[in-house]
Amino acid sequence: MTVSLSEIKIRTPEKFSGPPDGGASPSSTPLASANPAVSEVRAYLLARGNSALADRFFSGVMGACALSIFAIVALIAIELVLQSQLTWHKFGLSFFYKFNIDPDTHLPLFWDPVNGIFYAVPFLYGTLVSSLVALCIAVPLAIGVAIFLTEMCPRFLRSPLSFMTELLAAIPSVVYGLWAVFVLVPLLREHINPIFIGIFSNSAVVKLFGWTHLVGDDGLFGGVNLGLGLLAAGVILAVMILPIIASLTREVMTAVPNSQREAVLALGATRWEMIRVGVLRNARIGIVGSIILGLGRALGETMAVAMVIGNSPEIHRSLLSTGHSMASVIANEFSEATSDLHRSALVEIGLALFIVTIIVNALARGLVWVVTRGTPARVQ
Amino acid sequence: MKKQIKKHSARSAIRATADHVATGLAILASILVVVPLIAIFVYLVYKGASSLNLAFFTQIPKPEGEVGGGMANAIAGSALLLGIASVLGIPVGIGGGIYLAEFGRGTRLANAIRFTADVLNGVPSIVMGIAAYSLVVVPQHHFSAFSGGVALGIMMIPTVTRTTEEMLLMVPNSVREAALGLGVPNWRSVLSITLRTASPGVITGCMLAFARVAGETAPLIFTALGNEFWSMSLNQPIAALPLQIYIYAISPYDDQHRLAWAGALVLIVLIVLAVSLVRYVASRGILKGAS
Repeated sequence: MTVSLSEIKIRTPEKFSGPPDGGASPSSTPLASANPAVSEVRAYLLARGNSALADRFFSGVMGACALSIFAIVALIAIELVLQSQLTWHKFGLSFFYKFNIDPDTHLPLFWDPVNGIFYAVPFLYGTLVSSLVALCIAVPLAIGVAIFLTEMCPRFLRSPLSFMTELLAAIPSVVYGLWAVFVLVPLLREHINPIFIGIFSNSAVVKLFGWTHLVGDDGLFGGVNLGLGLLAAGVILAVMILPIIASLTREVMTAVPNSQREAVLALGATRWEMIRVGVLRNARIGIVGSIILGLGRALGETMAVAMVIGNSPEIHRSLLSTGHSMASVIANEFSEATSDLHRSALVEIGLALFIVTIIVNALARGLVWVVTRGTPARVQ
Repeated sequence: MKKQIKKHSARSAIRATADHVATGLAILASILVVVPLIAIFVYLVYKGASSLNLAFFTQIPKPEGEVGGGMANAIAGSALLLGIASVLGIPVGIGGGIYLAEFGRGTRLANAIRFTADVLNGVPSIVMGIAAYSLVVVPQHHFSAFSGGVALGIMMIPTVTRTTEEMLLMVPNSVREAALGLGVPNWRSVLSITLRTASPGVITGCMLAFARVAGETAPLIFTALGNEFWSMSLNQPIAALPLQIYIYAISPYDDQHRLAWAGALVLIVLIVLAVSLVRYVASRGILKGAS
């Protein structure tokens, strides 16, 4: 922090006879022009030689470091495209929407490494459904927490609460997975799922909503209650994306100017009306952005999902059934892929995941940026 | 008139009720968020502490089915992997941050880099794993500790870049001007004046990135692969703490579940220590409120 003063100590200008090429760092020019010949500082600087070269070298190296981020994205994209060529040539776009029918059982057949059949439909389905379940649970809670933290929370609670949400974000996903396997899954199986099964198979409910095909034995909560499955994956994902959505929503809400709140309160609004009209309405774009960011995280989350989703490449309507997500199938099968085609199919799933998360993240960053651009920078 | 007042008071009663309901719901939401956190921590400490012992830190895993053994090789492996990742990721990240804050400020290139870094931050770690696999493992023809370190290092770069940039931007311009006014070359001013002023914040950023990759499992599955034995070679598959937790969690043996809990506790304690250290340093440092 301190430039050692001895270093800048003014010495006698021995080498002043050197060529006055004006090559000292550009910042010293004003000083020099104000006091051209007399200044001993300038003499010292000239004697020390030209730092422009070093400066240019330094900024070049730093620029290279920054450009490496572009290089990384480009490298990832190129590698993924190259490694997935095999699948692309064999299946084309149909990889993402087609499937075979098993000639014996007449059931759809998506993923059969032994016979070289690779279609990604069940993984898209698993990723989408588990992420949607996660959003349905996490969004109301996250917005509630953000409202509580910004508008209602007593001061002494604010710091520990936000520290806790930060901690929630710092827990590695494998620990969430561990907890989910040994605590959440039994809890769902023994206590929570039976409640939903009871509601959804209730004869009155079936009579009323039977036309939606979402209730009854082949509805959202039909089938075998294993505990493992899409619902368990969705719940653990919700716990994981909650802190992200909550902290970003809080940031967006803090960015709403206080004058908005005061204006609404001055019209005689209650606190809730103030929050609804003055805060939420102003922050809605940023909140949507933070939800999309949470979605991006949920789509790519691997370990916790791989541990509880059940790992079977099938599609069932029931949330209790086992499934497979895009990330979890890569985690499970990549290191022991049986053939080049198998591996390349997994890479293609990875490529799809890469593209989708890039789009989702770009969208979300754009929205959050639109809202918070006026406020000072903050580390997340 | 009376009717109007009655109507009015009825409406304000509704409004007041709505207010109370909303407040209640917000509090309920906060409680519902805190509960799983506390549940996870309590369970982790309860399960983990009861299975932690000296052997955990000094022994390597026993063959499947046998009781006992530890994760010494996984802890050392994690340390090695994180070391490689830091050596690769932190200098490049800080360099990128310096470029964004000092040289490219306001230019279109810098904005594009910033945006790309944010997007790269959101790319799933498993995709990073595939990239490291095809960049390092495929040419080398075998899984190795080095490829795992590369995967983690790549993941650190965007985080470190963004925090370094934000910290450098908080250094007042007068400090830079003072240095330049004394005739210090720009590169020297950036390194020993600006970067040093911002160093608490920059260290915070590095620690956060470190804590984030310390728990990463997905990119290690097919780069570092895991190893049952003691290995410190860069060219061999290596064990890592999160990877070992994953392997043990999905194994059918109770004793391995026990080890998984102990490993998770150790991992969490390390990460929480890092995060709280960061908060402490940041709150004492020159850049208050940096985290």
